[in-house]
Amino acid sequence: MGAAITSSPARRNPIAAWLLSSIGKKTIVAVTGTLLVLFVIGHLGGNLTFFLGPDWMNAYAKHLRELGPLLWVARIGLLAAVGLHIYFTMLLWKENQAARPSKYVVKNTIQASVGVRTMRLTGLVVFAFVVFHILHFTTRNIDPAFRTYEYNLHGEEVHNVFRMVVVGFSNPLVSAFYIISLALLAFHLSHGIASLFQTLGLTNKKLQPVFQIAGRVIAWGLFLGFSSIPVSVLLGFGR
Amino acid sequence: MNFHLKVWRQNGTSGTGKLVDYEARNIPSEASFLEMLDIVNEDLVSKGEEPIAFDHDCREGICGMCSLTINGVPHGKDRGVGTTCQLYMRKFKDGETITIEPFRAGAFPLQKDLAVNRGALDRIIQAGGFISERSGSAPDANALPIPKPIADTAMDAAACIGCGACVAACPNSSAMLFVSAKAAHLNLLPQGKPEKDRRVLGMVRQMDAEGFGNCSNYYECEAVCPAHIPASFIAMLNRDYTAASIRETTSATA
Amino acid sequence: MTLDSKIPAGPLDRKWTTFKNNAKLIAPNNKRKFDIIIVGSGLAGASAAATLGEQGFNIKCFCYQDSPRRAHSIAAQGGINAAKNYQNDGDSVYRLFYDTIKGGDFRSREANVYRLAEVSAAIIDQCVAQGVPFAREYGGLLANRSFGGAQVSRTFYARGQTGQQLLLGAYQALQAQIARGSVKMFPRTEMLDLVIVDGHAKGIVVRDMVTGEISTHAGDAVLLCTGGYGNAFYLSTNAKGCNVTATYRAYKRGALFANPCYTQIHPTCIPVSGNYQSKLTLMSESLRNDGRVWVPKRREDCGKPPHEIPEEDRDYYLERKYPSYGNLAPRDISSRSAKEACDDGRGVGPGGRGVYLDFADAIKRLGLSTIQERYGNLFEMYENITGENAYERPMRIYPAVHYTMGGLWVDYHLSSNIPGLHVLGEANFSDHGANRLGASALMQGLADGYFVIPYTIGEYLSTQFGKKVDPHHPAFEATKKDVLERTRKLLSVQGTRSVDSFHRELGLLLWDKCGMARDKAGLTEALEKIPQLREEFWKNVRVPGSGDSFNQSLEMAGRVADFLEFGELMCLDALTREESCGGHFRTEYQTPDGEALRNDELFAHVAAWKYEGEGKPPTLIKEPLVYETVKLATRSYK
Repeated sequence: MGAAITSSPARRNPIAAWLLSSIGKKTIVAVTGTLLVLFVIGHLGGNLTFFLGPDWMNAYAKHLRELGPLLWVARIGLLAAVGLHIYFTMLLWKENQAARPSKYVVKNTIQASVGVRTMRLTGLVVFAFVVFHILHFTTRNIDPAFRTYEYNLHGEEVHNVFRMVVVGFSNPLVSAFYIISLALLAFHLSHGIASLFQTLGLTNKKLQPVFQIAGRVIAWGLFLGFSSIPVSVLLGFGR
Repeated sequence: MNFHLKVWRQNGTSGTGKLVDYEARNIPSEASFLEMLDIVNEDLVSKGEEPIAFDHDCREGICGMCSLTINGVPHGKDRGVGTTCQLYMRKFKDGETITIEPFRAGAFPLQKDLAVNRGALDRIIQAGGFISERSGSAPDANALPIPKPIADTAMDAAACIGCGACVAACPNSSAMLFVSAKAAHLNLLPQGKPEKDRRVLGMVRQMDAEGFGNCSNYYECEAVCPAHIPASFIAMLNRDYTAASIRETTSATA
Repeated sequence: MTLDSKIPAGPLDRKWTTFKNNAKLIAPNNKRKFDIIIVGSGLAGASAAATLGEQGFNIKCFCYQDSPRRAHSIAAQGGINAAKNYQNDGDSVYRLFYDTIKGGDFRSREANVYRLAEVSAAIIDQCVAQGVPFAREYGGLLANRSFGGAQVSRTFYARGQTGQQLLLGAYQALQAQIARGSVKMFPRTEMLDLVIVDGHAKGIVVRDMVTGEISTHAGDAVLLCTGGYGNAFYLSTNAKGCNVTATYRAYKRGALFANPCYTQIHPTCIPVSGNYQSKLTLMSESLRNDGRVWVPKRREDCGKPPHEIPEEDRDYYLERKYPSYGNLAPRDISSRSAKEACDDGRGVGPGGRGVYLDFADAIKRLGLSTIQERYGNLFEMYENITGENAYERPMRIYPAVHYTMGGLWVDYHLSSNIPGLHVLGEANFSDHGANRLGASALMQGLADGYFVIPYTIGEYLSTQFGKKVDPHHPAFEATKKDVLERTRKLLSVQGTRSVDSFHRELGLLLWDKCGMARDKAGLTEALEKIPQLREEFWKNVRVPGSGDSFNQSLEMAGRVADFLEFGELMCLDALTREESCGGHFRTEYQTPDGEALRNDELFAHVAAWKYEGEGKPPTLIKEPLVYETVKLATRSYK
C-alpha cells in the first residue's frame, strides 16, 4: 500500500514543510548555487587585474582586505553557501538513491548532458580544489614563503599578490591541477546555471533553450577567463 | 525477423527477479513490440511454460497502461514515437538482443514480471489534481472565454497519459513531470485558479510522501514522454509551489 | 413477460422534466445509508461514481485496469456532440434528437434519445467547469467541428484526444471523491458474477487480479458501466481487455440482453496487415471532414501508386452515391460502401482490403499547416503504424468493429429488468438504435453518469429503505462457489491450444458471418460452428499458471469463454431480425440500389433475449418501439 493522502494544508510549520519538500531542498541548492556563481564571476573580475600588472592587482587585493568585517561577512556567507549547497545536495542524493531500490540492469540515457550526469563528481572535485586553492593563496599554508612577498604600492608596503600568483603558477603541476579543476567547474556550471533558472521557476518553454546555451557560454567563458592566468604565467607573462 | 530477448521475470511483489533469455523467432517486421511479445507468449504456452506478464490495454498509445523499459529506455522511446505499443519491430535490427525490464521505481512496486503498480500517481491526483465542481451546477460553457494560447498550453499539459515513463526514465525516479503536467493543466485555466495553491501544495506533498525522488533537471523524462510534455512545466510547478508556500506561511500567521 | 419501459407520459419535450418533477428523492441524511456498487470506470462509470459519491452515497467502484484513468473511453478521438448551437447554424435539441434517431435507423427509443439530446448541453458546461481543455477560437469561445450524419457543426473536441480529456475530467472528479472517502476504488479487480438476492441485484463477485483472491461485495444497487462487446470479433478498435463478461454474467443471472446483433463497423481504420495482429487502430472519423474517399474506377488500376491514377479514373463513391452528405455519410453506410468497392475488386493495399482517404484537395484548399493543426497527431500515428506519409500519398483505410449498440435492456430509469441492476453507457442498449452517429458515444456515457442516473436511481433506492442486504446471505457464498468452480474448470482442461487461438477463430467466424453484411445461410452456419468451437475450447484450451496469482492467461480465458457463448446470441439475434437496419445489414433485405431495407411492420421493436439455462435456447421478448413524435422514414443521405 502506498502513502495515505496528505491533507493539503501543512501539518507542521509551513516553512519547515517547504524546507523539507523536494522543491524546497532544491530551491536551497539553487539559491546557494546562484550566490556561488555570482561570487565566481566577481572573483574572475578581480583576477583579471593580473593582466594590468602588479600595481593594479596588489591595489585590488589591498582594497579587499580593507573591507575588514565586511570581508568576513562575505567569507562566512560564502562558506555557509558552500556548506548548504553540499549538505542539501547530499540529502537529495540520498533520497534519490532510495527512490529506486531495484536498479536497472541496462540503463541508457537519451538527452541528459555530460554536465548533469557528472554533477556530483565535478562538484566534489571542485570542492577539493577550492580547499586547496584557499590553502594555496588565501591562508598560504601550501608554501608559507608566499606570506613574505612584499610590494611597494605608491610608497606603502602591501602583500605582493601578483608575485604569489606568478610563482604559484610557474609550477606546471599546480597550473595543470588548476586548469583541470576549472574545466570540471565549467562542466558543473554548464548544467548548473541553466538548472538554477529551472529550479527557481524563472524559465519557460521558450526561454529554456536560451538559458541552456547561456549557461554553457558563461561556464566556458569563466573557464577561459580563469585559466588564461596560469597559461599566461607558463608562457612567461609576469616573470 | 529474429530477436534474442532478455526479459525480467519476477514472481510476485516480494520475490527477487532475474533476466531470462528467450528467442523470438519469425516476427513480422510490421508487428508491434507487444505483438512480438504475444507471439513469444503463445510459444511459451504451447511449451507449457508460464507466459510473460506485461501490462497493456488500448494498444493505440493513449491509455498509458503499457510500461516496458526496452534496452534501458522506457517505451523504447529512442526508436519509437510514443508508448511501447506504438513501437514497431521494423525499428530493430534482425538478430538484435533486446533487454526488457519493468518501469523501475520504489514508488511503483512490482506486481509480476513486467507489470508494476502505479497507484501512487492516482493518489497524487487525489491530493489535488482536480477542480472541485458539482455535477449540474456549472455555468454556460461559453460564459468564461479563455484565450486560445492559454487553452492550447493547458491542452499541451493535459495530454499526459499517466504512464509513468517519466519516473522510469529519471535517474532519480522523480515524478515531477507527471505532477507538473497535471498542475499546469489545471492551474493555467481560470476555472482552476481558486484551488491553485491548495493543488500544488497537496500534490507535491503527496509526491514526496510516495517516495519519488527529486528532480535534478536531467530532462530524461521529457525525452521519453509519449505525450511530449515539456520539462518547462516543471519550472512552472517549482515557481507555483514556492509562491504557494510563501502565501501559506504568510496567511497562516494572519 | 412484458417489458415496461417506464417512459413518462406527456409530450416528448416535457417527459424528462415531468420525470424530474415527480422523481423520488433520497434525503441527504439517508444517502449515506446506501451502498452502491459501480463496475467500470470509463465515462459512464467514473461520472456516475463521482456524482453519486458527491451526493453522499457510499460507492465502491471496480475496474480491471491498474487505474480508472485507463478505461477505453480514453481512446475516443473525434469529439462529443451537444445541441449548443454556438455556431448559429440552426442546431437545436430537437435536431440533435432527430439526427440521432435517424442515424440509429429508427430502432431506438424516442424518449431516451430526446433526453440524451436535452442534457447534451449541460455535459459541455460540466466538462468545461472541470477544466476539460476543449478547442477554442481566438475570441476565447469554444470551437466546433462537423461530424458524420449531421448537417450542423455541433461537435466539441480537444485535439484528437477528446475521449481522453473527458475521461480525465471524470477521473479527476472521481479521484476527488476517493480522497473525500465517499468512493472506494478497486483497480485490477474484475467482476466475474452478479449476486441476486430474492430477485434483486445486491452484489457482485470479483477477482483480485494481483492476488487471485475471489471475494464478494454487497450493495443496495449495482451499476454496470462495463462498455461494449466488440472484442467478440477478436480484431476491433477496442482495448485488449474490453469484454462482455460483466454484462453476459448478468444476462445469465436473468438480465435481458437487447439487440446484440447491432454492432458498429467504423469506416476509417487502418487496414489489417497480417495474422499476428492484435488490434485495429481507428483514425478519427473527423478525417472525413476534409479527406475524400475514393477507389480506382478500374480494377486493373488498383496496383498503381495513387498519384498515377488521374482524376477521371477515380471513383469518389461516397460523393457519387450520397451527394448531399458525401464523405460525411453515416458510419454504417460508409463502411458498407467500402466493402462493396473492395468486393468489386477495386480495393487497394495488401489483400485488396482498403480504400483511399485523400487529403490532397484539402491541403490545396486550406494549406498544409491547417491540415497539420487539425489532424497532425492522426497523420503521425498513421505514419508510425504503416510507415507511409499521408501528406504525400493518400491514407488507406478499411472498416473495423468499433462500437456495439446492443447491450443489456434498460428502462427509462436505466434499470434492467432485474431490480437494483442499472446499466449505463455502451453496456446498455438504449440510445443508438441500430447505428450510432459519430461523437455521440461520449455524450451518452456522460449523460448517463452525470445527469441521468443521479436522478433515476432514487426510483429504486426509495423502495429499499430498511432492506439492507445481509452480506452473509447464502446467495453470496453460492455465487462465489460458481465462480471458483468455473475458474477451476478453466485451469483443469490443460489442453494444447492457447486462449488466443480460440479467440481469433471465433473472431474470424463472426467477422465473416455476422460482420458488415449478414445472411441467413452464413448465420445458420455460424450458429452450428460456434457451439463446436466452444466444445473444443472446454476440451482443449490450455491455461497455464494458477488461479491464486497474477495470471493474464486466466483472465483472458474467462473472457473468451463468455465470448464463445455470447457470439451465439449475437448470431441468433441477427438471424431472427429479418430486415436490414443501420449496422445490421442482411443481404436478403436491400433496396434495388443496395440500401438497407427496414421492415417496420415486423421489426420496429427491441429484441430482448432472456437466458433460459444451459443448453436451452433463449426466449425472445419484444419491446415495441412506439414513435409518438417522429414519423418513421426511410433513411436517406442522398
